[in-house]
Amino acid sequence: MDKFRMIFQFLQSNQESFMNGICGIMALASAQMYSVFDFNCPCLPGYNLAYGLGILLVPPFILFLLGFVLNNNVSMLAEEWRRPQGQRGKDRAVLRYMFCSMAQRAMIAPVVWVSVTLLDGKCITCAFCTAVPVETLGNASHPGLPQGEMKRVLARIPCKEIYDGQELIANEVAIRYLRCISQALGWCFVLLMTTLAFLVRSLRPCFTQAAFLKSRYWSHYIDIERKLFDETCAEHARSFAKVCIQQFFEGMSTDLAAARCHPPRKAPADAGEATEKLLGITDQGTMNMALKSWHRCKPPLHLHPPALPSGNGWAGEGQPPAHPPMPRRETAAYYSRV
Amino acid sequence: MDRFRMIFQYFQSNSESVMNGICGLLALASVKIYTCFDFSCPCLPQYNMAYGLGIMLVPPIALFLCGLILNRQSLVMLEEWRRPQGCRKKDLAVIRYMCSSIMQRAMVAPVVWIIVTLLDGKCLICAFSGSVDPEKFVGFANASPVQVQQLLAKVPCKDDELMRNNTSRKAVSRYLRCWSQALGWSILLILIVAAFLARWLRPCFNQATLLQARHWSNYIDIEQKIFEETCCEHSRLFAHKCILHFFKSMQQEIKLHSFSLPREGEGTEGEEDLLRGITGQDQVNKLLKMWYYEKPPLDVSQVTQR
Repeated sequence: MDKFRMIFQFLQSNQESFMNGICGIMALASAQMYSVFDFNCPCLPGYNLAYGLGILLVPPFILFLLGFVLNNNVSMLAEEWRRPQGQRGKDRAVLRYMFCSMAQRAMIAPVVWVSVTLLDGKCITCAFCTAVPVETLGNASHPGLPQGEMKRVLARIPCKEIYDGQELIANEVAIRYLRCISQALGWCFVLLMTTLAFLVRSLRPCFTQAAFLKSRYWSHYIDIERKLFDETCAEHARSFAKVCIQQFFEGMSTDLAAARCHPPRKAPADAGEATEKLLGITDQGTMNMALKSWHRCKPPLHLHPPALPSGNGWAGEGQPPAHPPMPRRETAAYYSRV
Repeated sequence: MDRFRMIFQYFQSNSESVMNGICGLLALASVKIYTCFDFSCPCLPQYNMAYGLGIMLVPPIALFLCGLILNRQSLVMLEEWRRPQGCRKKDLAVIRYMCSSIMQRAMVAPVVWIIVTLLDGKCLICAFSGSVDPEKFVGFANASPVQVQQLLAKVPCKDDELMRNNTSRKAVSRYLRCWSQALGWSILLILIVAAFLARWLRPCFNQATLLQARHWSNYIDIEQKIFEETCCEHSRLFAHKCILHFFKSMQQEIKLHSFSLPREGEGTEGEEDLLRGITGQDQVNKLLKMWYYEKPPLDVSQVTQR
């Protein structure tokens, strides 16, 4: 567990590392999913091609979309793209940079799936078994079959148990041929992808380095600004809730005291912190009323300047103060009618 | 776990170590990919050579490019090479040093692949079974040339019906594997001797230049890392100030629009006012709406000049 924690901390150290980590995990997951997947060629003339190519192409598309979904920055990109201009200009280069870096990371898992599929060979064997060149690979002595019958026989090549065309073309020969083509395609695909990645990475410093540095800085800035704004709002919400609840308890205590027609209990000056925290509610009945009221009638989302100061003594004894003398907690210093 | 942590920290300690670590991982990955890869020779006269040599040579190219891509220093080197001169001179010796160290590290995984391939032997057997002299082997001597080509092409496939009980197949296979392994070990020996000589003889030539080039290449690398970290820190502070400024301006706007009581509690101005004057649901909603519709300009000069 310690090892995982260390690796996790390293990956979390900055945003890019974290995204690279997710990207690597998705690539491994993609390879693992392929090995777990139970490939079952239908061995029927019309269905083989659809099944084989479907397994080759549909999961990569899903993995690509999943790569975008798992990327936190997608919502940030969408927000930045759609926000009204306001007082801050929009820079298209920053949006392009963000989109490109997300797309590059999302491409890795699909590329891994396609490579593993091609190198394994089952999909291509299933999809193209009816296109095997029987003239060159088959037994020349065998009399020709009608087209439909030939296709039916060839379609069963991937399913060794039911293959009945051994005289027409040997099963192993056909499978070896198809697998060879598939693996050649696979390695060519891998080479093409690595060449593309290399070109993309190495041409950038040669041409657009200054623009790149600018886009990278501002895209990090937008990300950090959003996070800090969320943190500030969370802090504000915390203070708001704290004050709102304090005012609720005080209001409760005052109302009940007024209903019982005696002045609100005042805490002696040396009562200490615990008494202050009781917020004026000191018996079971009052507490029950407070809880019931909290459920039935939550206070409005509106903080008043404090009518009662906190429990350490009064400014004006025996009279409800109209204007608070000195707010002692984090409350608004003015009353807004906006 | 302690040992693992120490190893991890050692590799992180400087960028050369990180590169060496990546290089080692890529070499291990190359061996793993080869063992997982299901080699299946087509056993057809025209295809064998292409397949065998293709499997031996195409993955190394992809591994080499991967080695260049994963190496952070290659980007640093390219940037240093292409940057305008400006106020800082460019030293070609440093760029050459960086280039050679990047190439050396990137070559390790492809070389490992080729050597593993040769020592295993399947690729060479597949590629060159058709080029063997049939006169040397009893089973193939008495057949027409076309037939001989067909039979020789099927040598790599043990399970083929023609080859299953053919003793000459094993002879050809052993012969080719012997050549393949000899080639593999020779290449390994040559490379190790070359590496040994290079390391031993290097101090005899230009040691001072080498030390300078190494120092400055490390410097360029570290400088770039620190620049990126400083930019990150700066953007964090910038964002912090920008948001505080935004909250303050919202507070002022609310004050302007309200019929407010005289501002009380002047003494509390020194305290941290976390609520920042925003104390109602509609005020919060307004703030959030303003944040979306009218983000503040990227200019904190008034804040910092106070």
